[in-house]
Amino acid sequence: MEIFLQQVVSGLATGGIYGSVALALVMIYQATDVVNFAQGEMAMFSTYLAWSMLNAGVPYWAAFFATLAVAFVCGVVIERVVIRPVENAPVLTIVIVCIGLLVILNSVAGWIYSYIQKPFPSPFPEKPITIGNIFFGAHDLGALGVTLLVLLLLYVFFRYTTLGLAMRAAAQNPVSSRLCGIRVGWMLALGWGLAALVGAVAGLMIAPIVFLDPTMMSGILIYAFASATLGGFTSPGGAVLGGLLVGVIENLVGTYVKFIGTELKLTVALAMIPVVLLVRPSGLFGRVAVHRV
Amino acid sequence: MSRGQGWRRAIVLVAIAIACALPFLLSNFRLFQFTQVFIYAIALLGLNILTGFNGQISLGHGAFYALGAYTTAIMIDRWSVPYGWTIPVAGLLCLTAGFLFGIPALRLEGLYLALATFALALAVPQILKYFEHWTGGSQGIVLSKPGAPLGLTLSPDQWLYFVTLGVLILLFVLGANLLRGRTGRAIVAIRDNPIAAQAMGVNGALYKSLTFGVSAAYTGVAGALSALAIAFVAPDAFNVFLSITFLVGIVIGGLASISGAIFGGLFVQFVPNWAQEISKAAPWAIYGIFLIVFMYAMPRGIVGALRLAGARLARFRG
Amino acid sequence: MALLEVEGLEAQYGWTKVLHGIRFAVEDGGITTILGANGAGKTTTLRAVCGMVRTAGEIRFDAQQIAGRPTEDIVRLGIAHVPEGRGTFTQLTVEENLRLGAYARRDTGALARDFARIYDYFPVLGERRRQIAGSLSGGEQQMLAVARALMLRPRLLLLDEPSLGLAPLVVREIFRIVRAINREERVSVLLVEQNVATALDLADHAYLLETGRVVVSGPSAELRRDDAIRRSYLGY
Repeated sequence: MEIFLQQVVSGLATGGIYGSVALALVMIYQATDVVNFAQGEMAMFSTYLAWSMLNAGVPYWAAFFATLAVAFVCGVVIERVVIRPVENAPVLTIVIVCIGLLVILNSVAGWIYSYIQKPFPSPFPEKPITIGNIFFGAHDLGALGVTLLVLLLLYVFFRYTTLGLAMRAAAQNPVSSRLCGIRVGWMLALGWGLAALVGAVAGLMIAPIVFLDPTMMSGILIYAFASATLGGFTSPGGAVLGGLLVGVIENLVGTYVKFIGTELKLTVALAMIPVVLLVRPSGLFGRVAVHRV
Repeated sequence: MSRGQGWRRAIVLVAIAIACALPFLLSNFRLFQFTQVFIYAIALLGLNILTGFNGQISLGHGAFYALGAYTTAIMIDRWSVPYGWTIPVAGLLCLTAGFLFGIPALRLEGLYLALATFALALAVPQILKYFEHWTGGSQGIVLSKPGAPLGLTLSPDQWLYFVTLGVLILLFVLGANLLRGRTGRAIVAIRDNPIAAQAMGVNGALYKSLTFGVSAAYTGVAGALSALAIAFVAPDAFNVFLSITFLVGIVIGGLASISGAIFGGLFVQFVPNWAQEISKAAPWAIYGIFLIVFMYAMPRGIVGALRLAGARLARFRG
Repeated sequence: MALLEVEGLEAQYGWTKVLHGIRFAVEDGGITTILGANGAGKTTTLRAVCGMVRTAGEIRFDAQQIAGRPTEDIVRLGIAHVPEGRGTFTQLTVEENLRLGAYARRDTGALARDFARIYDYFPVLGERRRQIAGSLSGGEQQMLAVARALMLRPRLLLLDEPSLGLAPLVVREIFRIVRAINREERVSVLLVEQNVATALDLADHAYLLETGRVVVSGPSAELRRDDAIRRSYLGY
């Protein structure tokens, strides 16, 4: 029973990270119909920036918030500078630009920081936390807490602030938004900024677990795809829930199904994609697109 | 025949003539590179039929490429089948596999189909390694390059070049006939307005699955040819990057265009090399910059840009 | 000096020219209507005023040149556009739709008062304020679209075929409210309509468009009286 709960919590922790990246993907997809393939690499690069700061002696939480700020700004800049020139081009064209971005970020990170894995510190204590008489990793609980907090703040922002409302409007109906005086281009840029920020949080939380290297987020990105697919790409809440589910299922399957060791964990996530799509082609919480003739 | 068509035909014939002359002008290595260009072009035309003309986005065509390659490799290695026969067999096998895959794919809309095929692409190397008994596992299968038939004084590289060129011309002519006729219009109609197409009597489900099959067949043939050209197949060569490369190729070349496949093939074969020459330290960064700049300059691909230039010229004249 | 003056307005979509140099005006506090058959260029005219379409020619609002400026800036000058098809944010609530209408305003302090004002004009919106806009009926959505435009406190209201697809009773109600808003709040109106009778009833001035050109113009009373015009252009 203890193992079960530990695996569930551990799964929720990684699941929260998958869900964060999935949320970032869904945010951009809802506004632009584009899947930002570079989301993972942007998060990875942000984490490296944090690493540089930590290496220079900056205290953890200062580096944490500085990284979030930098990630946000970079997200905005990337949208305005890199994506804007093609924003009216066909969707696949923009996807190729994202792939280009992915490749650039990966390559530059490898060039600056090398491909050797680096350890990354966790802000949470080494000692496990005991609840009842079950041990839980402090980082697992901490990471879960951080990601849920960030997601909660985002939810409040979108639901209850005017700017959040304007961003939602711009994503849903850019033409009408312009007629309300909303600068749709900047709303998109803000969306990219927030997505980058969320991705950075995910990177900072996962790096202590899987170690920092330029390919760190590629696996996470795939889990994020699985999560967003599971939850439905049209539902931000679904993406997060999907992430938590993927994390938990992955952990439980890895623990209890004997022939699937840690290598095949990724395959389990992959397998979820077509299985879910066969049963519910728009994901668990996704809206079925109704086409008016 | 209109002037435009006359020009087109002339250009194609000149291109074929140049292509036939190349083997006697280039080194073996360069020739091999051009063979690869043709192989990519066939695969890209396959993907373009599905994604460009029919609007079904596939990020998993590397799987069919692998299926074709391994079919050839296994047939030659295990059963000593003459290589010539392996190509149509690979094509038929992939036609069937593609059609069968196309049936559940009918339920999936744009993005979700892309994701499902992406999952497929990711799984390919692992599946190949899993069926070790057939595929030789991580070691792969080594083949020997087929030599020219008796009577022709061509090196194996030259012979393979001509075989590939021949298959390319055949498949492109077939493809052009298919796409420019009724079937092609039906396929495009399904992409542009599936409900209207259905209302006009086009059996959407059948066409979409068939298109998937044909698309897979083309890519499978390309895979078979690549097994012969490289004389080696191994699981890691068929990773997700391959499928992404195919997508890059058709967008750069130009969606919904036949000649775009050639341009795309040239791009994905040569640009990574140029990137490497420009920067040893971060070649992929240069490649990424190439991709982005290309998309800025030609958002509808090379053929799209050519068409636009042609239209502007026509307006200027008329 | 008219509030909105348009001269030599040309507009095109891609290579296709839709407006071939038209000229019209909306008086301050007045209601002008633009009539015409489908494809005459009526909707394009409104979109041109809002900067949603490529134009050539002069568009002067309150003596300022607005041709070529982006839509978001034009809106902030006090022009509210209720587009064809209403353009409601169907996934947001009625209240959120209205809040967005006020987005461009700087005087956010008066917001609560404005909500009350709007619910006064459109009680049904008040009842359904927390409902998702997409679940409203056609008539209610049209009211919501007009209400959203009014939240801007515009000086000029552009209405694109507000009667489209609505029952006559609903149409009458909406036009009654528009007339009231025009009188009480001095909001000038530029109305594009295919429902000729109702439009001429409401408007002071009318312009008739045919394939991108103004063919008839004048006070609406005159157009109503002129038999020849009525029969050949207005079809009744």
